[in-house]
Amino acid sequence: MAQLPGLFKGLGVTFKTMLQPTVTIQYPHEKEAPPTRARGVIALKEENCTACMLCARECPDWCIYIEGHKEKRPPRREGGKPRTVNALDRFDIDYALCMYCGICVEVCPFDALFWSPDYEYSEARIADLLHDKSRLGEWMTTVPEPPALESGALKKKK
Amino acid sequence: MTPLLSLTFWQLTTIKTIVVLSVIPAAAVVLGYVFLLKMMAHMQSRLGPMDPGGFHGWFQLVGDGIKFIQKEDIIPADADRRVFAMAPVIVLASTFLLYVVVPAGPDLVVQDLDVGIFFALAVSSLSVIGVLMAGWASANKYSLLGSLRAAGQLIAYELPLVLAVVGVVIQAGTMSLQGIVKAQATGEIFGIGLIGNPFIFTQALGLFIFLAAAQAELTQTPFDMPVAESELVAGYMTEYSGFRFLIFFMAEFGTAFALSAIAATLYLGGWYQPFFPDGLMANIAGPLVLGAKIMLVAFLIFWVRFTFPRFREDQLQTFAWKYLIPLSLVNIVATGILKVAF
Repeated sequence: MAQLPGLFKGLGVTFKTMLQPTVTIQYPHEKEAPPTRARGVIALKEENCTACMLCARECPDWCIYIEGHKEKRPPRREGGKPRTVNALDRFDIDYALCMYCGICVEVCPFDALFWSPDYEYSEARIADLLHDKSRLGEWMTTVPEPPALESGALKKKK
Repeated sequence: MTPLLSLTFWQLTTIKTIVVLSVIPAAAVVLGYVFLLKMMAHMQSRLGPMDPGGFHGWFQLVGDGIKFIQKEDIIPADADRRVFAMAPVIVLASTFLLYVVVPAGPDLVVQDLDVGIFFALAVSSLSVIGVLMAGWASANKYSLLGSLRAAGQLIAYELPLVLAVVGVVIQAGTMSLQGIVKAQATGEIFGIGLIGNPFIFTQALGLFIFLAAAQAELTQTPFDMPVAESELVAGYMTEYSGFRFLIFFMAEFGTAFALSAIAATLYLGGWYQPFFPDGLMANIAGPLVLGAKIMLVAFLIFWVRFTFPRFREDQLQTFAWKYLIPLSLVNIVATGILKVAF
């Protein structure tokens, strides 16, 4: 008999839920607004990338493919040795393999990878989920602004 | 009682058969759509099907039915083929027979038997045989366990169902469902005969017992041990697919509709409304009034179904034998004493 109030409480919960609006969003007709920092897709800022391969090596799924070559650039000062830089030839992320862990974004030492909340890039063919560097670069337009720095954070820079 | 039209016996029988044949799938679709798909969805903060048919997915169950008909008729190699094929038909037949005595208007009844409610309760337990046949013929351990559980449960809850009805029968003084409707229509509460005397007031305990037992008869959650999918796949329905499964589905919801109709007739006054006690208007308004009451009772049944978790097997038997049956016996004694006293 001690359980009886609980039974009616349960009935009340389901009845109340029935009268409340549902949480379902009818996707193709209406779109969900994901949080700004949602992990939708990874964007590549190509000019920051040095083809250091850290992201490709840290990727648990090995879904990042990077190819690059070394180039000679003119020296900084007159009469110096020519500089050697890495040029990026290929930067692909296979979203059929990616598990959205974000380790590549964390590990990138030059801020070349960003999370974007965009999620509409499903494809009919699984091979089309391989985004090359131009496609990854396009996602940069959807990357939200980084959050404002805390007060006093800028003072350290001299 | 004068018939509306003068038709020969075979014409009347044909019409009645067609009506009952079309009421059961319609009832299954309506209950399934309104409660199983939509109400359950909203109770879980979902929307349920929205696209089929264009308006809130009303076509979903019809589409499901068409899909079921297209399916291959699979019978397991070791199954007892004839019994396997007959089982769902027997379950459905018991549902059909339930509709024979339920009145929807002063003249709208297939056959107003003198022992109406007794007949209804008797044929409703026929489905146990079909369930047992299904479980045995499937040659599957889950099916067999499920059907034995179902048999144990249906027999256990048949008792409180019958005993709860006895209170109504004592009060109405008749077993005919038309007679019970009339008794409620002409009854008086302390001398006030304005709305008659729906037996929900005097037999509230009986209604509770009836609904709880009906819930178990329908093997609806929280009494769905026979089809507990976490342990028995789908119980006695495990090996059934396609049209044969559809028949089980229709029988389940058709019986839910019929038992709701019987509960509405026994406790809520049936088709009767005070404006048109008899004649053509009563025959037109009757089905609507009864339908509204059926939906109300069905709402209670499905509300409970979507709220509570499943009973354990021993709790299920305990609830029937140690609580419902003694309660219904007390109800009978109290009703009898009060009937004699007043």
